[in-house]
Amino acid sequence: MVTGCKVAKTRVAHYPDALDLTITMIKFLLMVNKQGQTRLSKYYEQVDIEKRPSLETDVVKRCLSRKKEECSFVEYKDFRLVYRQYAALFIVVGISDTENELSIYELVHNFVEVLDKYFSRVSELDIMFNLDKVHIIIDEIIQNGHIVETNKNRILAPLLALDKMAEAH
Amino acid sequence: MTEAKCVTEACIIEASHTCLAASPSGSGLPPSVYVSASENYSIRGHYCNYLPEDHPTVRNKNSSGCHNRKLLAWGLIITMGFVQISKGAMSPSVRLQEMIRVIRGARTQGEERGVIQRECAAIRAQFRQADNGTRSHNLAKLLYVHMLGYPAHFGQMECVRLIASPRYNEKRVGYLGAMMLLDEKQDASLLITNSIKNDLSHSSQYVQSLALCTLGCMGSAEMCRDLAPEIDRLLRASNSYIKKKAALCAVHIVRKVPELGELFTPASRSLLSEKNHGVLHGAVVLITELCERNPETLEQFRKAVPELVQIMKGLVMSGYSPEHNVAGISDPFLQVRILRLLRILGRNNETASDAVNDLLAQVATNTDSSKTAGSAVLYETVLTVMDIKSESGLRVLAVNILGRFLLNNDRNIRYISMTSLQKIVQTDHNAVQRHRGTIVDCLKDQDASVKRRALELSLALVSAVNIRSLMKELLLFLSSCPPELRAHTTSGIFNAAERYAPSQRWHIDTILHVLTTAGGDVRDETVPNLIQLITTATELHCYTVHKLYRALITDISVQSLVQVACWCIGEYGDLLLRGECEETEPVQVAEDDVLDALETVLQSHMSSPATRGFALTATMKLSTRITHNVDRIRSIVSIYGSCIDVELQQRAVEYNALFKKYDHMRAAVLERMPVIDKSSPGHTNGESAGGSIKEMEPTKRTQEVVLPQEPANQVCDLLDLLGGSGEPPQPSPALSTTALGPVSSTAGGDLLDLLGGLDVTPVPPSVIVYEKNGVTLKLQTDRQTDTGMTITLTATNSTDREITSLTLQAAVPKSVQLQMKAPSGDIIPAHGLGQVTQTVLLNNPNKVSLKMRVRVCYTSQDFVCQDTVQIDSFPSPAW
Repeated sequence: MVTGCKVAKTRVAHYPDALDLTITMIKFLLMVNKQGQTRLSKYYEQVDIEKRPSLETDVVKRCLSRKKEECSFVEYKDFRLVYRQYAALFIVVGISDTENELSIYELVHNFVEVLDKYFSRVSELDIMFNLDKVHIIIDEIIQNGHIVETNKNRILAPLLALDKMAEAH
Repeated sequence: MTEAKCVTEACIIEASHTCLAASPSGSGLPPSVYVSASENYSIRGHYCNYLPEDHPTVRNKNSSGCHNRKLLAWGLIITMGFVQISKGAMSPSVRLQEMIRVIRGARTQGEERGVIQRECAAIRAQFRQADNGTRSHNLAKLLYVHMLGYPAHFGQMECVRLIASPRYNEKRVGYLGAMMLLDEKQDASLLITNSIKNDLSHSSQYVQSLALCTLGCMGSAEMCRDLAPEIDRLLRASNSYIKKKAALCAVHIVRKVPELGELFTPASRSLLSEKNHGVLHGAVVLITELCERNPETLEQFRKAVPELVQIMKGLVMSGYSPEHNVAGISDPFLQVRILRLLRILGRNNETASDAVNDLLAQVATNTDSSKTAGSAVLYETVLTVMDIKSESGLRVLAVNILGRFLLNNDRNIRYISMTSLQKIVQTDHNAVQRHRGTIVDCLKDQDASVKRRALELSLALVSAVNIRSLMKELLLFLSSCPPELRAHTTSGIFNAAERYAPSQRWHIDTILHVLTTAGGDVRDETVPNLIQLITTATELHCYTVHKLYRALITDISVQSLVQVACWCIGEYGDLLLRGECEETEPVQVAEDDVLDALETVLQSHMSSPATRGFALTATMKLSTRITHNVDRIRSIVSIYGSCIDVELQQRAVEYNALFKKYDHMRAAVLERMPVIDKSSPGHTNGESAGGSIKEMEPTKRTQEVVLPQEPANQVCDLLDLLGGSGEPPQPSPALSTTALGPVSSTAGGDLLDLLGGLDVTPVPPSVIVYEKNGVTLKLQTDRQTDTGMTITLTATNSTDREITSLTLQAAVPKSVQLQMKAPSGDIIPAHGLGQVTQTVLLNNPNKVSLKMRVRVCYTSQDFVCQDTVQIDSFPSPAW
């Protein structure tokens, strides 16, 4: 225990800048419907599991209360929210201050296009009932807060391979 | 549309269930699952309950008379067991989908909670049983429950078990669960380290990918240390699918354990030659992370700038590439990332900046800004241009791009433009100033966020030149501004007016205008500040009081305005009544009118106690400024002698006494207030005050640092005195120094005098910056140039013991460079017989006001003393 403490201390001393470094990343991704029900949540930054529901409610409230003519970026606490609405479904992405909002805005659309391609006109129910598949898709697009792949075919390749496997069984 | 789809789906599932339940013997179910007729009903009843009432199927089935609530819970349990076991015969995901449907059908929160509690109980029970092939389904269900915000911690161990499973499907759910349910604080996360390690070298790339993704998501520092070599190996793999994920996993590892960064540096460099965009993206992110953590790595990667420029050029100039095309832009996501990395590499570095200048110009001119994707790239380009040492032409181009963004139809782009303009308004003020018109127009934007940004930017753009026109716009904005922005606007206007007001009259007018339009949203100190301003503008008293009087009779709801008006009427009532004011149209105001107005304020229910106080005092003051109505004032004042508000009552009683007992003094007591001194306490506005507060801060901090140590030192002093080994009391060491100090210096002077006639450099003046425990630290300035300064610190010791391990440390403001030469020693002999000197070189290129903090550390008689002193002024050098 004590040695662990020591190690941590020396590390801090050795890299003094590491503490106040602003990391450019996606912090979380939420899919919520108009009623504020979470349909999917994915966290890339450590948020206590107990605090997640209240964070989600708060974030969703912020985004849902905005009017149509307002822009899609919200400043929230020490980060920003980028949201986009597709019919009854909102996709909200929490990003750090230094992330490029416009490119995340575009990324959300790219994500929805992939969903559309796979589910052929995706609806809220597709996401509810195929949550694991949506997770596979997200994991192909974003990994620990960064973009991995944006090419639609390559994003869907693992999922299609999986589907083929299931069919063969 | 959505609802309809759901209902049909629900219907199908419903039907399939009914079929199965109705013919239990038909399918290959084990005999134990055969459901009796009554149970069958209860199952149906249960489903019906969770379907919309108006659903045709529901209505039909409800007729079978299953409203029995008692059966409901029972029914659910049966359903679970039933579907659970019938899994083999049906599509495996039905089980989860069924639960989702039931939860979704819940009509109230309570109902939903009930359903979920029962489900969770069942899942728990299943987890406790031996592996029966249903674990992954149960976990999947639990993850759904977790997503809805219900506790699901009891699934953590299940994740660990499933990850170790050889079956891909189970592994997949296990890893998904680990990412959602585990964080590094949980012990369970340590248990998966080994499984991840095995899976990282699995034959299937999809299994490898799962492990990479999970490690990158929730790997703790320990896990990262253990698995870093594996990741490095995967970075060199041939498979690009694995490589891109390994790169991002490495980013997580570096973030958790920064010293592992060096491990990944070589591999990340070689990834830049990759063609696959995913890998390139990962590599760029990894390099960015490495460079931000370690300045040496940053230096190393500056050599990679040409490569990055080449990749970027390929993206910009290649034209249409179907693989990564987004709205006509080739992979904007990768472009954005590369631009960001170039920004980090080019920051404060001429060579790297030069190498990217051309590229940035190319991107800025060749990117189509009509779509979001293009704008994202342009936005990043602008940020890079402004952050590195780019050519001035390029900077102008960048600001113009932002100016163009302001005119864009897309509100997101307008917002981005505002945010970035705000970032650069301090450094490139004039370039931003050129777009003032557009920015001011954005004050009228529909979008509240754009409005807010436009406001902040407009306030930042106010200068002595444009204050009149810009303030007109700001005041106009104030009259129509959303309530949440009002307070911010008013304080911004006040600050700007204070700084740049072209005349006092304009200043007063502006503040009064703000008070009349948004008086409810001003800060409390506005009233005293305005009063102070009015008193100093002596020649405007008459004008101001007339203006305020008119404002008062129009509206008495704005407290701040009423307070100022009352105060002015009280002070300058004579000017108001005289009515000879050239600046406004002459209004003849009668004494009664003024008193009426004040009385209205006193009586109004809108007036706050403070406002009433202002009005009462004003009324009282008027008693020496009017001629006829003194009796009326007397009666008004006496009424408030029994006021319920204690403060007001006290005032009234005092005033009453003034009328009765001390009437001879009344005129003198109620004299006009003298001009309030700007530097008097309580005055909080203005740069000078702000500056001085800032300057005072470090001093305060020093005191705070020093204070706690003082008692200890005093104790030491006492010990020192007592430790005199029983000798008769001697003069304290401190005294002897003061006695000796001047003597020795004059002695030196005498010696110099002896040499008289010779042109000798006089001893440079020095100041004592520290004196404690017999240790004295002197500072002298040896040489001072325009930007540089050489200082010598001399420490002497007047105690009878020697001072050992003396160290001097110095700190200066960030913009000043400091170099400390080696000290002449670290021991000061006792009785002032020697000294330690240390030379300090200061370079002050920005010519900021020079300050230095010196920390003195030494050991005296086995106690360690550490003190910090701040030096704010330096003696001028001898020549």
